[in-house]
Amino acid sequence: MKQLNQEQAKRITDRVIAFSKADECNVSIQGNRTGNIRFARNGVSTAGLTEDMQLAVRVAFGKRVGTAVVNEFDDKSLEKAVRRAEELARLAPENPEFVPSVSKQDYLATQTFMASTAAIDPDYRAEVAAAAIGAARARKLVTAGFFTDNNRFSCIANSKGVFGFQEFTDLSFTCTARTEDGRGSGWVTRSAVDARRFNAREAADIAIDKALRSMDAKALEPGRYTVILEPAATSEILGNMFSSLGARAADEGRSFLAKKGGGNRLGEKLFDEQVNIWADPWNPDVPVAPWDDDTMLARKRTDIVKNGRIASLDYSPYWAQKTGKQATAGHGNMIMAGGSKSLEELIAGTKKGIVVTRTWYIRMVDPQSLLITGLTRDGTFYVENGKIKHPVKNFRFNESPVTILNNIDELGKPEVIGGDESPFQMVLPPMKVRDFNFTSLSDAV
Amino acid sequence: MERRQFLHIGAGTAGAMLIPVFGHAIAADELMKPLAASAKKVLADTALNAATQAGASYCDVRIGRYLNQFIITRDLNVENISNTESSGVGVRVIAGGAYGFASTNDMTPDGIANAARQAVAIAKANAKLQREPVRLAPLKGVGEVAWATPFKQDWRSIPVKQKADMLIAANKAGMDAGASFMTASLFQINQQKYFASTDGSYIDQDIHRLWAPINATAVDKASGKFRSRAGLSSPVSMGYEYFDAKAGDKVRAAGGVTTLYKNSYDIVEDARLAGMQARQKLSAKSVEPGKYDLVLSPEHLFLTIHENVGHPTELDRVLGYEANYAGTSFVGLDKWESKKFKYGSERVNFVADRTTPGSLGLIGYDDEGVRAKKWDIIRNGILVNYQATRDQAHIIGENESHGCSYADSWSTIQFQRMPNVSLEPGKARLTPDEMVKDVKKGIYILGRGSYSIDQQRYNSQFGGTLFYEIKNGKITGPLEDVAYQTNTQEFWNACSAICDERDWRMGGSFFDGKGQPSQVSAVSHGSSTTRFNGINVINTARKIG
Repeated sequence: MKQLNQEQAKRITDRVIAFSKADECNVSIQGNRTGNIRFARNGVSTAGLTEDMQLAVRVAFGKRVGTAVVNEFDDKSLEKAVRRAEELARLAPENPEFVPSVSKQDYLATQTFMASTAAIDPDYRAEVAAAAIGAARARKLVTAGFFTDNNRFSCIANSKGVFGFQEFTDLSFTCTARTEDGRGSGWVTRSAVDARRFNAREAADIAIDKALRSMDAKALEPGRYTVILEPAATSEILGNMFSSLGARAADEGRSFLAKKGGGNRLGEKLFDEQVNIWADPWNPDVPVAPWDDDTMLARKRTDIVKNGRIASLDYSPYWAQKTGKQATAGHGNMIMAGGSKSLEELIAGTKKGIVVTRTWYIRMVDPQSLLITGLTRDGTFYVENGKIKHPVKNFRFNESPVTILNNIDELGKPEVIGGDESPFQMVLPPMKVRDFNFTSLSDAV
Repeated sequence: MERRQFLHIGAGTAGAMLIPVFGHAIAADELMKPLAASAKKVLADTALNAATQAGASYCDVRIGRYLNQFIITRDLNVENISNTESSGVGVRVIAGGAYGFASTNDMTPDGIANAARQAVAIAKANAKLQREPVRLAPLKGVGEVAWATPFKQDWRSIPVKQKADMLIAANKAGMDAGASFMTASLFQINQQKYFASTDGSYIDQDIHRLWAPINATAVDKASGKFRSRAGLSSPVSMGYEYFDAKAGDKVRAAGGVTTLYKNSYDIVEDARLAGMQARQKLSAKSVEPGKYDLVLSPEHLFLTIHENVGHPTELDRVLGYEANYAGTSFVGLDKWESKKFKYGSERVNFVADRTTPGSLGLIGYDDEGVRAKKWDIIRNGILVNYQATRDQAHIIGENESHGCSYADSWSTIQFQRMPNVSLEPGKARLTPDEMVKDVKKGIYILGRGSYSIDQQRYNSQFGGTLFYEIKNGKITGPLEDVAYQTNTQEFWNACSAICDERDWRMGGSFFDGKGQPSQVSAVSHGSSTTRFNGINVINTARKIG
């Protein structure tokens, strides 16, 4: 289906709002064209292209809300969508926590679209797979991977004057190389808005190198070790914490940020003072929409952790109203400050430690302490006197991101990292962390 | 693995603009009107013809209409009610020996034909990288057939207010019993799936599923401590009659510590117990780490079965197709070929079954047009088979598929997903109470908690919802901060007793994730209460800052 430009999208949102008889009307149009190629066993396994476009209408009569979504865009269908939403709103019970829609916002556009990425076609995707497969075959390795590219737009509007339109492109690539006998495995991940900043062969070579170096891993006793965590190894762990910053949960006493006796821990020093984390929709490495789709609030550059202290909490419109605070837009990215050293330089400065390429199956064990469990995977190495001495068998860990960010020895140069299960685009540094808690061994390669 | 983002949507205050994740909202009166099979056949033939004319040697078409309703409540408020619909067409082809796939929501003949041609073009672009052509197990077309989930009460016909009132009543019961906060949600799924292929099948299916997760949280502000207790029901593939709780479907847990449910669910009663037990957990004894005999209730054990039997016996993982994401498997083909790989103790028997009534994996035909069936995975503790699709059957020497192909949407490509994989009940008569009597130092675990397993399915860690200490054959009181760590083969070989069929019931996963791009699938796992001797238990209590 053809993607809409700003004028076409505006015309539709204006029509929808004009059809509405409700107290307020919110409109969203999302269109996407997504291509992908998946490969395994040194061959393509599946590849596809999906196109879709949807119009969502949310209306409110007083505190009753209803939503309808259609994928037809003629006048009759637009009116039908509005009537359906109104019907649902009349059926719904009142929500005492209803908060009226936001009024006109200033959305300062971010650089989220690149023609180079929008031009990706099936041949490009096949070449990406071919680059990885060819490099792996040359080293007698077996590769598996996934490349996907998106070309989409988003438009939001409401009856109080809100309007925003923006186009987006992005790509992501992950690749695993394994030895034919299954004794070694390496992995790499890349994501970018601009295809010109992506090199499949460069990425695949990292996975290949790790696979070759990870053969014949030795077992180390579980226990507390100094670890050098690559950004991909911390992204899901920190992502859990970034999703747990709500003021309401903290104020209600059901969050790691709840204060004993009541209240929250805003302003408290919870982490090492090297820790500085912020959200910034205009960051050139991880640009995101200048608005939050849920609330239509304009995003702002926001400090999350400043010199180790909790600098802000997330306030939903309802909780902000109830507590007399400013409502916050949901963040789209998270950026953590680092140093200037490369991963190799961090390793060179380590007397004894373990390098972790990737962590896997991260799950919350205890929301009270943010204790998380998971495993290392696809490249875990023992470091002695500044050099990687040998690969080690994978570990299970039980650790809290709060403890990790308290035990930082050194931070390296930040890198772009796309979360797998996390909703955030991230820029994270490699971290050297002491006393990381490995609790058992895994036989998995 | 289970995907969290879907649960996140269900968890709370998500704005209505998130609804496109689930599809297109629809008016209630349109829910009950499916597109006629004859009209879908015309559309399907359009795709089949366009694909073969473009050079496809095989083509299948899936025309989908996915209707969902979800209701989210928190405490005494309804936060969100949404009816959603998603419709479109997915076309899979083989051309030049390679797969190609394209999908579109443009359901005009031109739109569908274009998708078919696009799929062929993609297949041809990939064929040059293909070393071996895709080989499908033979399948005779079944002509025009229909299948539907058996149910008594269609969830689509129940007034929204009645459902919302039930959830609010549950929340109120939980809060009255001690919870500081309650959530109760209702997910209702209807998949209208039409499958057609160049083999000559035209299969119309109507699939229904339900899930009503609840959660009680108790807070002690003075100490800053909080604890939660999730619901002990299971998602099911049946009608709204599931909520018509029958006394005969209630199961007394060992020692009478709580009530469990089979075939129907008393959500208000479970919420009341949840509120009370969440409050009790605030003062429960913290577990001493060490080796324990674990008595695991089916509402808990299903997730362990899912992670360390269901996933490792997926043939695509064994072969390496998931190596980049979900991982491979420790049960490689050599273990199956040996015919003596001891997956578990002799009493351990696992059956794959897409025909179990009420199970989430219950279907008539899979997404390759293969009829649902039942087969052995583990027999007397020995690995005897895997789960396979049409393009994998020849690898394990079989000439027909197991019917394990599934796609979560018209817009996604079908691939290998697990069927219901269940532990058969014990052959000797044994109740949970009798099982506990034989335990000197143990823990009784009920309900699902956190879960994690490595990429080859050796090392896993599981928590739970409720934990009770067992000392010298008696349940002595609640425990907290419990998780067990195991190696899969050691764990199933430590299986020392299984209660009989009177105790057999299913748990289920509504949003099991796998594949790239990741898709979700719903699947059930049945078992009776089962004991495992000498399992390593850790204490998960931590203090921060």
